[in-house]
Amino acid sequence: MKEILVRNLSVRYSDDNESLKNISLEIESRAITVLFGPAGGGKSTFLRTLNRLNDLADLKEMKGEVLFHNHNILVPDIDVIDLRRKIGMVFSRPVPLPLSIFDNVAYGLVMAGEHDKEKLTHLVEKALKQAFLWDEVNDRLKDSAYSLSGGQQQRVCLARVLALEPEVILLDEPTSALDPIVTSYIEDMLRELKKDYTIIIAPHNVQQAARVADYAAFFLMGELIEYGSGIDLFQVPKDKRTSDYVTGRFG
Amino acid sequence: MMKATGLNRAKIAQTVGFNLLRLVTVITVIPIIGLVAYIVISGAPAISWEFISSAPSNGMREGGILPAIVGTLYLTLGTAIFSVPIGVLAGIYLAEYAEENILTRIIRIAIINLAGIPSVVYGLFGLGLFVLFLKLGTSILAASLTLSIMTLPVIISTTEEALRSVPNSFRVVSTSLGATRWQTVRRITLPQALPGIITGIILGLERAAGETAPILFTGATFFLPQLPQSPLDATMALPYHIFVISTQIPGMPIQIQYGTVLVLLVFVLGMNLIATLIRSRARAKRQW
Repeated sequence: MKEILVRNLSVRYSDDNESLKNISLEIESRAITVLFGPAGGGKSTFLRTLNRLNDLADLKEMKGEVLFHNHNILVPDIDVIDLRRKIGMVFSRPVPLPLSIFDNVAYGLVMAGEHDKEKLTHLVEKALKQAFLWDEVNDRLKDSAYSLSGGQQQRVCLARVLALEPEVILLDEPTSALDPIVTSYIEDMLRELKKDYTIIIAPHNVQQAARVADYAAFFLMGELIEYGSGIDLFQVPKDKRTSDYVTGRFG
Repeated sequence: MMKATGLNRAKIAQTVGFNLLRLVTVITVIPIIGLVAYIVISGAPAISWEFISSAPSNGMREGGILPAIVGTLYLTLGTAIFSVPIGVLAGIYLAEYAEENILTRIIRIAIINLAGIPSVVYGLFGLGLFVLFLKLGTSILAASLTLSIMTLPVIISTTEEALRSVPNSFRVVSTSLGATRWQTVRRITLPQALPGIITGIILGLERAAGETAPILFTGATFFLPQLPQSPLDATMALPYHIFVISTQIPGMPIQIQYGTVLVLLVFVLGMNLIATLIRSRARAKRQW
């Protein structure tokens, strides 16, 4: 089943910086889709288009269609707030909000109008368990999220997305600030999560891309060079540029 | 040998340079310390419970300065009532909502220029608008409004600055979790910026409390037999009272003059101290 259909998407910033050129792509539901390629290729822009976080950026133009549940989410009159609750995002650097661990995880729910203490407690616990963090923090949920290590902070960031029970999770180089052990931990978690969620990730290197990909898309200078199953792209890439990048000849 | 000499010269130049900078820094502090010390020493003998709790008598030459103290408190409070809500809301608008265009640029330039206008001009403006045109008369209300206009630029720009110092990543994260812009402001950016905003408010009010010119034509009066009863009454105020007793009254005991200055100084420096404490406490608590 397809979760998101992207058709002829073009995005350009006001300063003509990173942009997307006529991207068409179908995102499989309940699988990990990897977007990889050199920095500046448009991966972040692509991710931030999917939940309209690009609205905060200085855009010159955005053309094409992104269909989510058969609705084009790029049109101005969609409920962006609701969209962002269904398509959550984890960023490259862990950015806990300046609140307690509990309040960080409950943040999206409270903003959505959930004030039932019991329900919040239950959902926060569930999300922290999903993020494999519950055992480490359950006795200090009232502490500041900044008292945690970097790896724990990033899992708080993941938990606060999971607490909203989204359908799609976007991850923009989520392990770039973490050590290899925590990184493999998070990769395991993603393999677990894909049973229930559609995951789109821009990994921070090719090795990680190859490790987690069910589907993979190679982005180069704003263009989608090649898209297919992970096995195809990393073992028998069709395009020379993809194989050059995958084998480390550039990048 | 040559190299060593060059190194030595660089070292000497550095030592001389450091000490020169240190000297200049000390020189700037000396007048402030001297001024405060001189006022404290000269004014302290005048201070007594009677001095701060009773009205002047015998043509100001005896008694205390209670009406002036109360008047300054009223004016500061009145200024806060008008300038704090408007200033903070305008600062929030400029930092969080306003798009960068010609209009906001004009607003910003206006605010900066407003901050540079001499205070006597505010006084004349207040006289024209509040006292005469709006017929508020020479009153606490008119003086507070005049002081508010003078204080607004300080509060607006410190509020805006405090909000802008909150990392943008918080706004992005909050938005990505489905928060509206106002929710983000209320839950994240405003609480984080609050110490900075409060500091700005106090510094703005402190300036208002010490000003003479803006209240000269709008609310201050030479002498009142009783404390002001309503916002439409005129009032005595510390800065104006100091002007009066140092220039208008022959045979004024110098001790009372210094005592009054000391009270105003304590009032203003006290506010400054509170602002400093809030700022340093917030800085120690901040996590990002």
